[in-house]
Amino acid sequence: MSEKRLVRVFLVDDHSMFRAGVRAELDTLTDDIEVVGEAGTVGEAVAGIGHLRPDVVLLDVHMPDGGGAEVLRQARKAFPEVVFLALSVSDAAEDVIAVIRAGARGYVTKTISSQELVTAVIRVNDGDAVFSPRLAGFVLDAFADRPGAAPISDPELDLLTPRERDVLRLLARGYAYKEIASELFISVKTVETHVSSVLRKTQLSNRYELSRWASDRRLV
Amino acid sequence: MWRRGPRVSILDVTAVLREREAEADIERAVTSVDRQVAVPGDTRVYRRRSGRAVAGVAGGIADHLGIPVLYARVAFTLLAALGGAGVVAYGLLWIFVPQVSSDEPAPEITGRERQQAFGLVALGVGLAIGAGTLAGTVNGWVAGSTSVALVGAALVWREADQGQRRRVRGAVFGGGGRSAVIRVLSGAALVAAGIIIFLISSIGLDQVQFALLAVVAALVGVAVITVPWWLRLVRDLGEERRARIRTEERAEIAAHLHDSVLQTLALIQKQAEAPREVLRLARGQERQLRSWLYGPSGYGRGAADGRAGGGVGTGLAGGSLAEALARAAGEVEDTFAIKVQHVAVGDCELDDKLVAVVMAARESMVNAAKHAGVAEVSVYAEVEPEKVTVFVRDRGKGFDPEAVPDDRHGLADSIRGRMERNGGEITLRTAPGDGTEVQLHMPRAKVTT
Repeated sequence: MSEKRLVRVFLVDDHSMFRAGVRAELDTLTDDIEVVGEAGTVGEAVAGIGHLRPDVVLLDVHMPDGGGAEVLRQARKAFPEVVFLALSVSDAAEDVIAVIRAGARGYVTKTISSQELVTAVIRVNDGDAVFSPRLAGFVLDAFADRPGAAPISDPELDLLTPRERDVLRLLARGYAYKEIASELFISVKTVETHVSSVLRKTQLSNRYELSRWASDRRLV
Repeated sequence: MWRRGPRVSILDVTAVLREREAEADIERAVTSVDRQVAVPGDTRVYRRRSGRAVAGVAGGIADHLGIPVLYARVAFTLLAALGGAGVVAYGLLWIFVPQVSSDEPAPEITGRERQQAFGLVALGVGLAIGAGTLAGTVNGWVAGSTSVALVGAALVWREADQGQRRRVRGAVFGGGGRSAVIRVLSGAALVAAGIIIFLISSIGLDQVQFALLAVVAALVGVAVITVPWWLRLVRDLGEERRARIRTEERAEIAAHLHDSVLQTLALIQKQAEAPREVLRLARGQERQLRSWLYGPSGYGRGAADGRAGGGVGTGLAGGSLAEALARAAGEVEDTFAIKVQHVAVGDCELDDKLVAVVMAARESMVNAAKHAGVAEVSVYAEVEPEKVTVFVRDRGKGFDPEAVPDDRHGLADSIRGRMERNGGEITLRTAPGDGTEVQLHMPRAKVTT
């Protein structure tokens, strides 16, 4: 990746205090990231993203007027090159899956450490996916073969490969990508490929466990 | 003759109306919940809800004046003889005096008293008619038709009382079922019959048809004209009910936030000098609020069905492995002021073996919290059809398993011993400086659900 270019980040959160906190953290902690703008409402966010064309949008899940999912719905079609990383206090399955299926490249909780947040931002900017351990656990659960599950309509999308399962399992156990790579004797790049593939399946699969949460939020 | 009654009662009526205005003011001030409860020291007249012969008017007045109900009933009966004044007064009081709140204790009544009351009602009606007939102001036809109509009206009004009571209890509309409909219809039929008898007696038979048509046409006309009013009534009721539900929800949330979050924030301010304590408080509060919002019986979970995503460690019935692990993780967080990130994939009911697994996992978390010197521990549980696996991992100091002195029983007894006694096994991966991971494996009992 290019060494010099800053990652331009746009903050969307309806709590100005939280925006200020994240901005301060990112400004002091790293020189690779530049916060170019922020927004407190869905409308402001869509307008700001269109105007500033940031690289990464840090997106709060819970906001008035439809929340992060609504921003994704309005902004993603128009600006496909912008990457979204969802950031929320909630670990609830319906929130996580809803924003992932709406097109977010990753999901982290607000309790994440600043250093981890920086890593996550840089990672999604590089085109990789970011899974919190909880999200990994949930996706594993959703793709599990349990008796009585709906028949698989598209094996390409509705099933995980054994390797993808291994990677998810280690993610859920709290392993970092580098640790997963050495554990499975594969390169970090391969781990990233697996995770991206899992993200794509999570977004596109019609498995009931996934589509149910999304349809609860009227996304599909 | 009929005129005398109203003249006496109009004073009562205006007094009652004024009272109602005052009552409305008070009602605006108090909340809808309080409205149902009679204010202590309340000196207004209320109709009885139980222990009544017709509408509880006599009983209410007796309660108000502090006299035996029999006296009030006799007074109404005697007044009824005076050109029906008692009947008219009773009817007006019925309309204007509100029913007592349903929370009031019901006065005790004996069967004898009830019999007496019904006897007095019959006597009162008889007296009113008899006196009228004797005085020559009304003939038999008028008397008969009037009493039939009165009985019908009384039936319908009683039903209206019942309906109001039910509405207060929550349903938007009376919903008294078929018997209520039958009572209302038969009451209406009686009123109509009384009017028809009256018409037949006073005008020729051939005119009755025309008169009936006219009455029906008038009724239909009134019904059509008042449609908007009925609609508004229905809408207002729905609106009021929704508002009440919203208010109650808001009160519940406010109460919860006050009990938990505000208290914790107050504690945090007091403990500001002790970062560890602040962290512990904040974590504990966060976990509690989360389980309230998203937990299995949580506030935000609402009607969401049971088999939710077990992977997120929420949902599922009590006594499951994921819940037990989440509880254990919470306890360790509270005790040692560290963060325990726990994830569960799949879930199942706890049995003896799995209780051992949870205990062993808890001990592993405690070890990590005490010795690893890190702020975060990861716990991962996976339930498969034939086995359960739990990983407890930290990125801390690690240690050399060979170098552990023999007198340190934590790992040996609490974890390894416990697992092996129950048919499970444990794998330990650690090295100085390289973190520690305890892997707990337990085969599942054959009987799976």
